[in-house]
Amino acid sequence: MVQQIVFFVVTALALGYAVKQFLRLRRNILLGKDEVIAGDSIQRWRNVALIAFGQKKMFKQFIPAFFHFFIYTAFLMTQVELIEIFIDGLFGVHRFFAPILGGLYTFIISFIEVLSIMAFVATFIFLARRNLLKVPRFFKPEMKGWPSLDGNLILVFEMILLIGIFSMNGADVLLQKMDPSHYSDTGTLAVSSWLGPALFGGLDQSTLMVIERFGWWIHILMVFIFLNYLPKSKHLHIIFAFPNTYYAKLTPRGEMENMPEIMNEVKSMMGLGGEEEAMAEESELPEFGANDIFDLSWKNILDAYSCTECGRCTAACPANITGKKLSPRKIMMDIRDRTEEIALNLDNGNMECAKDKEKPLDKTNYDDGKSLFDYISPEELHACTTCNACVEACPVLINPLDPILKMRRYEILTLSQGPSDWLPLFNSIENGGSAWAMSVDRDKWAKDVTGE
Amino acid sequence: MAEMSAEGKEPEILFWVGCAGSFDSRAQKVTIAFCKILNAVGIEFAILGNEEQCTGDPARRAGNEFIFQMMALQNIETLNMYKVKKIVAACPHCFNTLKNEYPALGGNYEVVHHTQLLQELINQGRIKMEAGGSFKGKKITYHDSCYMGRVNGVYEAPRGVLEALDGDLVEMKRSRTNGLCCGAGGAQMWKEDEPGDKRINIERAEEAIGTGAEIVAVNCPFCMTMLSDGMKAAEKQDDIMVYDLSEMIVMTNKW
Ligand code: SF4
Ligand code: SF4
Repeated sequence: MVQQIVFFVVTALALGYAVKQFLRLRRNILLGKDEVIAGDSIQRWRNVALIAFGQKKMFKQFIPAFFHFFIYTAFLMTQVELIEIFIDGLFGVHRFFAPILGGLYTFIISFIEVLSIMAFVATFIFLARRNLLKVPRFFKPEMKGWPSLDGNLILVFEMILLIGIFSMNGADVLLQKMDPSHYSDTGTLAVSSWLGPALFGGLDQSTLMVIERFGWWIHILMVFIFLNYLPKSKHLHIIFAFPNTYYAKLTPRGEMENMPEIMNEVKSMMGLGGEEEAMAEESELPEFGANDIFDLSWKNILDAYSCTECGRCTAACPANITGKKLSPRKIMMDIRDRTEEIALNLDNGNMECAKDKEKPLDKTNYDDGKSLFDYISPEELHACTTCNACVEACPVLINPLDPILKMRRYEILTLSQGPSDWLPLFNSIENGGSAWAMSVDRDKWAKDVTGE
Repeated sequence: MAEMSAEGKEPEILFWVGCAGSFDSRAQKVTIAFCKILNAVGIEFAILGNEEQCTGDPARRAGNEFIFQMMALQNIETLNMYKVKKIVAACPHCFNTLKNEYPALGGNYEVVHHTQLLQELINQGRIKMEAGGSFKGKKITYHDSCYMGRVNGVYEAPRGVLEALDGDLVEMKRSRTNGLCCGAGGAQMWKEDEPGDKRINIERAEEAIGTGAEIVAVNCPFCMTMLSDGMKAAEKQDDIMVYDLSEMIVMTNKW
């Protein structure tokens, strides 16, 4: 009974805190602008099935995809086991499903055991790859500190989880023989049926019971810790990969978002109508492009939270390959960091960050004197060739190019800054209708050939 | 175009020459080669001449939406005035902007890139390659332009043309979806590189040299400039030629 109450309290606390954190993430994502994402839902579900579930893009590189797949299936399968843990914990029963499912139960638990071991091996290989083989994409400047710790911490979690699972199952196998009425028969488990006797054989019943409970609690506590660690980690992608692929844009990649405000203004300048619409937008000092996350779309922020920090984008980026400062992964991490900075101020109700101190602090009343440009320098933005290699490479359909172009728009349109080399380009297009200032006819080449 | 419409004729297709094709001396050669092909197969086409303006692509990618809109809206006016239905562009950037970005501004046309048209003509048997043409058995590598490849998913049409030329296609390690940019896109063409270890076009030219190919085939005037410069930097400009696919067809057929 005491155990049930403790379990109930721990679960309520852990789930409550997790819900709070996920709601906070939702609020953070909605700090971005509203954007309706068009396109049919069948194509979207296809993307979720192929790219999130099927991990299609991962399989461009077979070895990491193969090991990642173990970790991923182990993760999915463990969820089944968790249902039982909840039932057992709340109702004070033991291995609720064992008698009901019989042989199937043996199979499922054995399957989970094998998968967990393989997942552990896979994590181990990943860590070796990261830290010993030094895969270059994990050693870019943006990977110092928390991002690299975050990548390594998961092994520790896995290890503790594994200790939990096997002390729980291992002791249980022995206890089944001592007290069959309480410890229902699980059949022969793939790993624990030999590992249990090997480790705990010869211990008395009360010690075994302690070990079994210890494993059980470690298991569930690890799950709770992981759940609450997720929102702070790149491992959030195990959840966010799904909505992120669902909401990925279906419009042509080559299409930059149109800016109707500017279109209508230019139309009215050219006498093509559109005056009324241009007039309707009476804002005194219009700001174009993105200066901060508030001007990005909510989808850009969802992208940032879904980023796995894998660096496939950066490894494919021509600018980064040739030693420029631009790294598309860093762009995504910066957006996330900036969002977190703002979120923290909002959480604390830090009134120093309010534009109007009289009004409550919220997304429309926020100014901490900083912007995304404190994270992302013009030098980085200017190095992008819009080649879409990052967009193509991302396994969870993140688009790092979109925010880069939005920030370029801010720099050129609102700040009237940007590379000085571009001024002649703009001038000759504006004045001569051509990307180069030319004094000859556009069809001079044809006249030269035909001799006209 | 103005002349044709004055005579009341409607051309089969409008050839969008583009700024590079009009003014860059190297790209002009491609423009002329492509016209020769159109003439040889008897396609009636028109150009806009001075009525054509920059599509606005470099301005838009640089972030200058005003200039983009000015160009785009003027071009759409002109195109709609002539009731243009089908356009062929010899530049992937023009192609992309006309095809994917003009519709939102009221310009709806059927747009193809010249390599797509070339492949279609080859498939229809309208372009016949002379047997044992000058590229038979030569090692050729193909550089995917970003705006045809990744952006618009066209990987096979240009390769189809190369196959018809009977060359020996050797792929670079980074090709198709993994193709490395030449370094010119996103208005980089008009500015110095940001500080770094190397220019992007040098990196790409070195990769092309590494394949042992004698010819680098391209489909974009900017890739053409970038890779030619890269070859010069590596002092390979006399050993490895950079050609557009239309030039290669003209050479093979000695048109
Ligand atoms: S689009 Fe820009 S950021 Fe993305 S890979 Fe290309 S150069 Fe890098
Ligand atoms: S944006 Fe995509 S490819 Fe780049 S690091 Fe994040 S998850 Fe990986």
